[in-house]
Amino acid sequence: MSDLKAQIIEQLNLQEITPESIGNDQTLFSKDGLGLDSIDALELIVLLQQHYNIRIANPEEGPKIFHSVRSMAEYITANQTAKA
Amino acid sequence: MSEKVWIAGGGVISGIGLDLKACLQSFRDMQPGMAAMQYLSSVHRNTFPVAEVKADNATLADMARMPEHISRTALLSMIAAREAWKSSGLDDISRYRVGFVSGNTVGGMDKTEDFFPEFLTNSRGGRLQQVVHHECGSVTELVADMLGIRHHVSTISTACSSGANALMYGSRLIRNNIVDVVIAGGTDALTRFTLNGFNTLMILDQQPCRPFDDTRTGLNLGEGAGYVVMVSDSLAAQLQPWCRFSGFANANDAYHQTASSPDGTGNYLAMKGAMDMSGVQPQQIGYINLHGTGTQNNDVSEGIAINRLFAPYFPAMSSTKSFTGHTLGASGGIEAVFSALAVKEGIIYPNARFEHQMKELPFAPVTAYSTGNDLQHVMSNSFGFGGNCSSLIFSKA
Amino acid sequence: MQIFILGSGCISPQETAQGGPLLAAPREYEQVRLATVDPDYKQWIDVKQIRRMSRVVKMGVGAANLSLEAAGITAPDAIITGTAYGCLDDTGVFLTKMVNQQEEMLTPTAFIQSTHNTVGGQIALLLGCNGYNNTIVHRGFSFENALLDAIMILKEGSAQHILAGGLDEITNYSHQLLSRFGIYKKAPVKTMALLNSPDTGTIAGEGAAFFTLGTTRGPGTVAMLAGVSTLYKPLWEGEVIGHIMKFLEDNNYTPADIDLIVTGRNGDIDQDEIYEEVADALFPEHAEACFKHLCGEYPTAAGFGVWMANAIIAEQAVPEAAVFFGRAPKKIKNVLIYNHHQGTHHSLVLLTAC
Repeated sequence: MSDLKAQIIEQLNLQEITPESIGNDQTLFSKDGLGLDSIDALELIVLLQQHYNIRIANPEEGPKIFHSVRSMAEYITANQTAKA
Repeated sequence: MSEKVWIAGGGVISGIGLDLKACLQSFRDMQPGMAAMQYLSSVHRNTFPVAEVKADNATLADMARMPEHISRTALLSMIAAREAWKSSGLDDISRYRVGFVSGNTVGGMDKTEDFFPEFLTNSRGGRLQQVVHHECGSVTELVADMLGIRHHVSTISTACSSGANALMYGSRLIRNNIVDVVIAGGTDALTRFTLNGFNTLMILDQQPCRPFDDTRTGLNLGEGAGYVVMVSDSLAAQLQPWCRFSGFANANDAYHQTASSPDGTGNYLAMKGAMDMSGVQPQQIGYINLHGTGTQNNDVSEGIAINRLFAPYFPAMSSTKSFTGHTLGASGGIEAVFSALAVKEGIIYPNARFEHQMKELPFAPVTAYSTGNDLQHVMSNSFGFGGNCSSLIFSKA
Repeated sequence: MQIFILGSGCISPQETAQGGPLLAAPREYEQVRLATVDPDYKQWIDVKQIRRMSRVVKMGVGAANLSLEAAGITAPDAIITGTAYGCLDDTGVFLTKMVNQQEEMLTPTAFIQSTHNTVGGQIALLLGCNGYNNTIVHRGFSFENALLDAIMILKEGSAQHILAGGLDEITNYSHQLLSRFGIYKKAPVKTMALLNSPDTGTIAGEGAAFFTLGTTRGPGTVAMLAGVSTLYKPLWEGEVIGHIMKFLEDNNYTPADIDLIVTGRNGDIDQDEIYEEVADALFPEHAEACFKHLCGEYPTAAGFGVWMANAIIAEQAVPEAAVFFGRAPKKIKNVLIYNHHQGTHHSLVLLTAC
């Protein structure tokens, strides 16, 4: 998960945030979480494709998958093994 | 100095016709312009339907009487602007103080994106001729120069509301006695840049779009150009104007860079502001040409704003983007021409492929074309990225 | 109806965002490409939003805020932005990715940020401003037409305070391309030697200048925006001279009423000729100040010129670094800014002390 955190920071150009400061279960999209928005969600979809070869066709699935770093990691594990 | 500004004529080139007459015929025949990509080359060619102007650059260059290597954006602009002038009844352009105000978002990007691959491998590579007219303003000037307009030339670029804002700025030039006539509207050509850009936002429909339908899944891009000729009161007296440009407003949603606020604040303020300027009550609006792109977000925000403003009386409304696709910088101009003509001829345009009323809204768009309606006032909406919301009103007198 | 400048803000290759006496410590360069001296943008933009903003957007937000602060206004009624090149950096990023990745796995941020109205949109977003918002993208008239739009709206009475400005940036790509068009000096020239340089070519600049305009004066007001005019592709110098005379007449002035001219000389010996001709014909003894040796050449550079003229009126003195010819009178009341971009886009702005 710390790799994933570093990728998130890079993709979203998060300033003054280190991988260590992102909690595994911290909500990414709420105001008291990381405060990400809909554009960030699209960026994360690209991240999944670029680094993990996972395609998300429907942006509406976003909120569930990107709820927290842990939920993202679980989704990646589940869907990565499905691909050759 | 009179405050009134009149529409003396208009011209359009779009995915449903090479001139206004052809576009109208497409509406009558219920023939939308979305199809597989034919002229633009892109890896997404077979994925997204688009409403291209059905002519290659050589043909457009012929029609425009301009060189073939010129940006497609400029060629489209020239064709529509010239058609608009011809339809106005005005004499030779040199006889008046004329302004040209054109909206566009891509400028010469169709050429720049062809130039870029070579340039990337070698900074001295690529033909400079392809980027000399990259700027939005350069495209406008290519056309202004061909038309012989020098008095005032300007370009507006506010995403999808560019064309509408061009009419506002243009009418102010007339009211302030800077010019007597303005050709105002917008143009945009389909480019890989915009196609891919919109694709990253995941708002493109892989099927022909369904604006204001509950099951809609996105927009189809289009291209084209549309201009009206606006004249002062004193000039209008010598012509047969189509209608009067009676009101307009530009408001900013200030909510998010690309998404509209859920309650459609910016949309509401723009529509209300336009009606306030016109001195018109909601129930006097006979038809609304919706922005209606077919995205989840726009249609619900626009619909909610309309509900807030117009309930319980709802005018007829439709999205002509269901025929022309979303022509971006051109849309405000193209739809201004359609709306102004609607007042003149009593036309209500159809909304194609509509089947399911949106659950959030107590109204539905019109699905059939009709003329001879008594339309005293027609509204046209254009809402763009950056929160730019614009609304125009055309009136019989 | 009079239009007052309530406040102004400028970010440029000089220390103009700082406050303090005008050009007291001018930065002197020996470069063909100048870059802005950036203030700390975090004072206006929080970390969560700044991550997404390109340089040109930050410049615009910064200059806009400086101008509002100087005016003592927090909520303008309208925001009008002029930019010839728009958001070049993000345009370049998106194009590059599009080419290198063959249109796959592209990122939305660069696309969204590349649209020309991003600066105006972001300013509105940060200020929560629902008012009129327009972006003019018209080459060497982008700034002047933005001013004109503001003036027309103020005259209607539908707004009290309007934020209007112009900005442009340079990126590596844009500089490479513009250089290929041969518009820059072949070798670096010292700042203070630029305007006497005997050959063609100028230096590249960038920056943002915003003005808070209103119909009643504010505590920071020193000048009125008495007039703005543009002239597109004049056929010969006579037309320029005639246009200037008419502009002054329309504002009830003669050349003798002008205390100082501020011109857009840029060190290109051919392009600067017209300034010579205009000075000879209309302002032979007038004091003349210049600004493009300080900020560089770019389509909206007149914004710097107007900002500087306003500051000159405030201090009632022309700083040494900006003097080109003569000595300004003790009382500097009427200042005419005359600029052209590439010989095709000529503009006039008249400021009057009040």
